[in-house]
Amino acid sequence: MSILLFTELSNNKFSKATLELITYGRKVAQACNTSVTAVILEEVSPDQIMQLSKYGVNKILKNTDVRLHHFEPNAIAKALISAAQQENATAFIFSAGYTSKAVAPIVAAKLKAGYVPGAISLPEIQGNEWHINKNVFSGKAIAEYTITTPVKVISLLPNSLAVESAETSSQIVDFNANLNDGDFKIKSLEVHKAGGKISLTDAEIVVSGGRGLKGAENWGMIEEMANILSAATACSRPVSDMHWRSHEEHVGQTGLTIRPNLYIAIGISGAIQHLAGVNGSKVIVVINNDPEAPFFKAADYGIVGDAFQVVPKLNEAFKKFKATTH
Amino acid sequence: MKILVCISKVPDTTTKIAFTDNNTKFNSDKVQFIMNPYDEWYALVRACELKEKYGGSVTAINIGGADSDPIIRRALAIGADDAVRIDSEARDSFFVANEIAIYAKDKGFDMILTGKETIDYNGSVVGGMIAGILDWPYISLASSLETEGNTATLDREISGGREKVQVQFPFVASASKGMAEARIPNIRGITAARTKPLVVIASSGNEVLTQVRSYKLPPEKTGVKLIPADNPEQLVNLLHNEAKVI
Ligand SMILES: Cc1cc2nc3c(=O)[nH]c(=O)nc-3n(C[C@H](O)[C@H](O)[C@H](O)COP(=O)(O)OP(=O)(O)OC[C@H]3O[C@@H](n4cnc5c(N)ncnc54)[C@H](O)[C@@H]3O)c2cc1C
Ligand SMILES: Nc1ncnc2c1ncn2[C@@H]1O[C@H](COP(=O)(O)O)[C@@H](O)[C@H]1O
Repeated sequence: MSILLFTELSNNKFSKATLELITYGRKVAQACNTSVTAVILEEVSPDQIMQLSKYGVNKILKNTDVRLHHFEPNAIAKALISAAQQENATAFIFSAGYTSKAVAPIVAAKLKAGYVPGAISLPEIQGNEWHINKNVFSGKAIAEYTITTPVKVISLLPNSLAVESAETSSQIVDFNANLNDGDFKIKSLEVHKAGGKISLTDAEIVVSGGRGLKGAENWGMIEEMANILSAATACSRPVSDMHWRSHEEHVGQTGLTIRPNLYIAIGISGAIQHLAGVNGSKVIVVINNDPEAPFFKAADYGIVGDAFQVVPKLNEAFKKFKATTH
Repeated sequence: MKILVCISKVPDTTTKIAFTDNNTKFNSDKVQFIMNPYDEWYALVRACELKEKYGGSVTAINIGGADSDPIIRRALAIGADDAVRIDSEARDSFFVANEIAIYAKDKGFDMILTGKETIDYNGSVVGGMIAGILDWPYISLASSLETEGNTATLDREISGGREKVQVQFPFVASASKGMAEARIPNIRGITAARTKPLVVIASSGNEVLTQVRSYKLPPEKTGVKLIPADNPEQLVNLLHNEAKVI
């Protein structure tokens, strides 16, 4: 028996989300009296392997099939299922993100395993019955899911628990799922990596602008704030619809869902569809010249004032703060 | 080109969320239901555009009761040629995916499109499960879809970026923002929708892999702390010392 984790690298390193996944997996394994196995498909350096030991992985399955370096959900799912069977896994856990959205449903359907996408709590385990919380209605409610299938599939929403180290010695085993060429049906033509820019869904701090900023030409102060705070930038839907900012920055019900530690909303009214994409943020700051703007009800801190006056002053204050702490 | 588009019925985006029966059921009293925006704006519209360009047909499918008929008629008004409703409550993602897979299996569809996720259960699950059951390639979170002969080219969101991929028919894709621009049904479409075929068939699967035991509302924010506009240093101080986020 074991708890299987799909550990993915980002820029050749395990991200914070992966370390959260390992902590989560270790706690589930403890509760089930079993061990943690991590599956790695990509090329991984020895110091990153050490990371896995440091956070409590007992066994590492290191893929030797280079074809799996390409992102082919069906083939990856097949490899993961073969790993799950080989390890007699009781649960297969992913970090919730683009990869889990592509791969986990295939794994779950093929194994006929109950799947909870975007778990925000550890399972409450009663024998074969697991109860797990997940956000529903775009963050407006929480549902407690029950799974009773022999194998369980979970994806863990980033920022749902604190990383804890747990030094372990891990056994490293080569792994090959013996896939056929026919398992690879998706041909990659071109990959655009977000590059040096901080990706919006991974960012700890996000600075976001709305229609209150009046026009694309006024985003200089937003980018400046993002620079000072090493933050990513986002925007409301009308802003991307009017092409003031690129569509990739649109957050909300019909855009991206983000859960940064700090979300700073400037000139955004706080419509319910906007909140749906950001209400999981730990701390929300709202800057708006209308004291009645609905966003203030969802905020932790607020400044009622004209963004064109407030933001430049706030940027100076952030700069001063950064200069003294670094 | 034969396209199947999966459409789901969800509460309008402004709905106040509440529960009944000891917090075990969503309270649908006075709730306005709409077609899931991802299904309508992106998957369905793109399917109709491809059909209009290359010929073929678009079928809309929903797993639901008769209360789904208004959104199905809307899909027909936007441009689907016919529709199928599998007459059963959508019991969980696997149940829905299995029903769709059973229906689609031998009908010669070139592609099955779903939305990126439903805005009520936020699963992003059904499309991948259909692909898993049918053993068709799955392109998740596709923001563009072009076809040429039996080959489709799609942009998909991946960890840390975007990727352009190519795949042969048949395949399953989930549609995210960018794949198409929302369409408003016109009078001609609405009139035509009344006479387009909507076939209701009995459910054939019965397997469910998950249940929801109860719901609750998230803890409320305790109230906003307002900082005077001329004192941004105070905000910086609070973010550092109190909230500890910078
Ligand atoms: C089905 C559906 C889905 C949707 N999905 C999304 C979504 O995913 N994301 C999204 O964002 N929206 C979405 N919307 C749109 C949403 O309802 C709002 O219309 C939108 O969020 C408003 O954007 P905004 O706050 O930038 O603009 P506005 O509502 O125009 O608000 C501008 C704000 O700026 C303030 N302001 C003006 N001047 C200043 C100044 N000088 N200084 C400071 N503040 C100023 C104003 O007081 C106001 O509060 C959706 C709508 C629907 C119907
Ligand atoms: N009851 C349903 N009937 C038909 N399609 C559905 C149903 N539920 C979900 N879908 C499709 O599956 C997609 C993803 O749903 P979900 O996995 O629930 O987030 C939706 O955008 C729809 O395209």
